[in-house]
Amino acid sequence: MTLKTPLGKVRGFGAAKGGTHHWWMQRLTAIALVPLVIWLVVSLVALTGANHALLVAWVANPFVATLLVLFLGAAFYHLKLGGQVVIEDYIHSEGPKMAFQILLTFFCFIVGLVSIIAVLTISFGG
Amino acid sequence: MAEFRLPKNSRIKKGKTVKAPDGATNVRQFHVYRWNADDSENPRMDTYEVDMDSCGPMVLDALIKIKNEMDASLTFRRSCREGVCGSCAMNIDGLNTLACTKACEDIKGDISITPLPSMEVVKDLVPDMTHFYAQYASIEPWMKTGTPTPVGRERLQSQEDREKLDGLYECILCACCSTSCPSYWWNQDRYLGPAILLQSYRWLVDSRDEATGERLDNLEDPFRLYRCHTIMNCSSACPKGLNPAKAIAETKKMMIERQG
Repeated sequence: MTLKTPLGKVRGFGAAKGGTHHWWMQRLTAIALVPLVIWLVVSLVALTGANHALLVAWVANPFVATLLVLFLGAAFYHLKLGGQVVIEDYIHSEGPKMAFQILLTFFCFIVGLVSIIAVLTISFGG
Repeated sequence: MAEFRLPKNSRIKKGKTVKAPDGATNVRQFHVYRWNADDSENPRMDTYEVDMDSCGPMVLDALIKIKNEMDASLTFRRSCREGVCGSCAMNIDGLNTLACTKACEDIKGDISITPLPSMEVVKDLVPDMTHFYAQYASIEPWMKTGTPTPVGRERLQSQEDREKLDGLYECILCACCSTSCPSYWWNQDRYLGPAILLQSYRWLVDSRDEATGERLDNLEDPFRLYRCHTIMNCSSACPKGLNPAKAIAETKKMMIERQG
């Protein structure tokens, strides 16, 4: 029960003075992912049947490694931004909302970083 | 969590059927949502068999006929009966629209009528618009200027600038668009929704208004503006043929433009 006025409820805590950057980065990563995903799919199809040595040599190529790192960076950043919106859309209690946001951020950062380091390790001849 | 099922006391049950008078040959069935706060019953769908030979062409005509001749307890809002007041917005045959401009003959089969989705119900087809109107008030929908009012004449606006308001000023705030938006269903406590954002854009592009930056500041928020996920239900729902989705996209463009 609250006697707060309708206008008071709508104004709430005021505008967060943010949101545009998030929205813009989600679009930027989406644009970047279009050519990167096409390149990756075409490359993987072309590599069908390749043995382990050939695949490692492919990843080790500096051009390929750069594109892979760009793809992983854009994809995990995009996943973080998109997942955040889904959580905000559907989870309304503050506790679970915060817990899921932390899990999502940690997941994207850790898995993204591990993937990138894996590519670099191969690329630098580890 | 978002709720995907209605609470137990809101689930719709089957209601009564009121038959058409004997001898009626051109009968159509109207299934109408009924709920009354004064009893403790669940909402129900009542069926009215309407003799279309003695009924006007629009869904609103049928509702008025039902209220006058079959069931005086049926409650709904209506005023202008010509699509300029927005009072009779409701969900007809699954789509939000105005009962007064929706022709019965454009609907195939039985006609089901429910209140605007996601709104609290006052009675039958009458939704509670309090929050929606408070959201409208929150965007301060009036001209804000620092320049004093010119003496002896109106504030001038070029024809080109006036044309920017076309497609915006026609909005009658019926709420068909906002209540068709899933994002508004889940987050209407914080998301302003398409109707209010279209109204907001109407002031953002008004060449006479001098508070554009302040207005954008108040929209710079992950929920108020950015809960719009370009679902576009708003633009297909609008009974006036307006395009709230475009107004929102233009607002987002203004946000980007002022940053770099």
